[in-house]
Amino acid sequence: MHPALSVIFFTVASGAGYGLFILLALAHLLGLGDVDGKTLLWGGLLSLLLITAGLLSSVGHLANPKNAWRAFFRFKTSWLSREGVFAVLFYPFGFCYLLLAWLSDGAVGALTLVLGGVAVLLALITVFCTGMIYGCLKTIRQWNTSLTPTNYLLLGLASGCVVLVLVLLLTGQQADAMAGLGVALLVLAALAKGVYYFWMRTLSGPTINTATGFTRAQVRLLDAGHTAGTFLTDEFGYQAPLNQLFWMKVGVFVFGFVVPVLGLGAVLAGVGGGWFAGLAVVSVFVGVGAERWLFFAEARHVVNLYHGAQRT
Amino acid sequence: MKLGLVIDLDVCVGCHACAVSCKQWNTSGTTGPLTDYQPYGEDPSGVWFNRIRHYEVGDYPHNKTINFPMSCMHCEQADCVDVCPTGASYKREEDGIVLIDQDKCMGCNYCSWACPYGARELDRESGVMKKCTLCVDRIYDENLAEIDRQPSCVITCPANARHFGDFDDPNSNVSQLTRERSGYQLMPELGYKPTNQYLPPRLTRPVPTDDVKKKSLISSIKEWTNKAIAR
Ligand code: SF4
Ligand code: SF4
Ligand code: SF4
Repeated sequence: MHPALSVIFFTVASGAGYGLFILLALAHLLGLGDVDGKTLLWGGLLSLLLITAGLLSSVGHLANPKNAWRAFFRFKTSWLSREGVFAVLFYPFGFCYLLLAWLSDGAVGALTLVLGGVAVLLALITVFCTGMIYGCLKTIRQWNTSLTPTNYLLLGLASGCVVLVLVLLLTGQQADAMAGLGVALLVLAALAKGVYYFWMRTLSGPTINTATGFTRAQVRLLDAGHTAGTFLTDEFGYQAPLNQLFWMKVGVFVFGFVVPVLGLGAVLAGVGGGWFAGLAVVSVFVGVGAERWLFFAEARHVVNLYHGAQRT
Repeated sequence: MKLGLVIDLDVCVGCHACAVSCKQWNTSGTTGPLTDYQPYGEDPSGVWFNRIRHYEVGDYPHNKTINFPMSCMHCEQADCVDVCPTGASYKREEDGIVLIDQDKCMGCNYCSWACPYGARELDRESGVMKKCTLCVDRIYDENLAEIDRQPSCVITCPANARHFGDFDDPNSNVSQLTRERSGYQLMPELGYKPTNQYLPPRLTRPVPTDDVKKKSLISSIKEWTNKAIAR
């Protein structure tokens, strides 16, 4: 699949935004660290900014955005529609919770608890829906697995956690507990990603033979019937060179997991002040961006079989 | 009703006439225009509802060229419809035809990702998704003569390789053909239950080649010279 920049940005930014919001609210509501009004303000604003920028970029990749409002109508069957509905539902709850928590300078009341709890739930569901948009497609075997939403959830939470550590440090709070949680989430996300990459090598599915129905002989494409590119070749024909895929994968693990874990480790050890946390944030975005690029670049749509691919 | 096509791979000669007539009819039809990009430029491209590909099946000398027309299969389990967030894509209860409401589509491309058969193409000009309508604006038109109430591709095909009918009726031409000629669906393992059926090539006796005379030295040299000298 063609790795479109707008979709990569959308999933990475909104994933991190929701992850940041979820952990900020949990830290605040469950008392996982001292979170005061200032942390809530900056952390909350940053999460809303990331989420909104992501969602806007996803609308930006539509060819006919004037009908985007209709996307809430097929809630019953479409994961894309569900994602839209939950993303929009999240805003009033998330916003009111943050406002209330900020006004009461971090004190937790019953209303804050309810609003925050609902917002956290909606945020989790939204990220799950984003994963399922891809996970539900039978036409792309590399995505059609429960590992897809798992990865979206884990990477969103892990990258959000790294950002939260920086926010805590910048607002003068204790960040040890969050840094510890961040390391755990990063390790978990790295394991899930590793499992996914290994699983992907074992796949088997439709071939050019089942696609054409000639299952007892070699089938080769003689002529695709067109001289220039078509919508299908533009949208689904993308194929990156193997060594680029390999180096991107190395990048995912180095920038996405190793460097951020080291950065958070430095925070835990109390060296370098906020600098290492800042480095971890930059690195995790580079790493998750590379992960998302690979997610698209390695996905092979079955329609490629009709253009001569022997298997997907 | 379950309307659809039967494509006879035994007789399709790969002339692309069906695709051209499809384009001609539908560009002024309900989901038209089928926009062309740089039609007279270097890389002409555009929207087509029907595409013909050509394959070689088997290894020489037991090989065969298969011309392979493909358009929307009007699947019974049409995921393209389920994933569409706006409700622009829908499958008609009464005849099973899958259509796109051009006024509702937001051009997200998601349905084309869900289609295994490459039947959906985005029109970059108008920003909406387009696909085969099974000539819904023809097959019910009572102003046309009975024989003309068929999809444009079916009427056009010079080899009679395309048949249109109701698969719910066991005695319809398409049901009979499918039964008699062992019609099959493409990629059944994905579970889309495509309505369109493909008829495999008939079994034919191989043409004997052992009595073909070996080439003489002179004709070999002539052949080599013809290849070697650029005209
Ligand atoms: S062929 Fe593709 S577009 Fe047509 S009904 Fe099936 S899935 Fe949908
Ligand atoms: S491109 Fe149009 S028809 Fe296809 S899923 Fe999006 S809104 Fe629906
Ligand atoms: S018009 Fe008939 S013979 Fe020509 S490509 Fe189409 S199906 Fe084949």
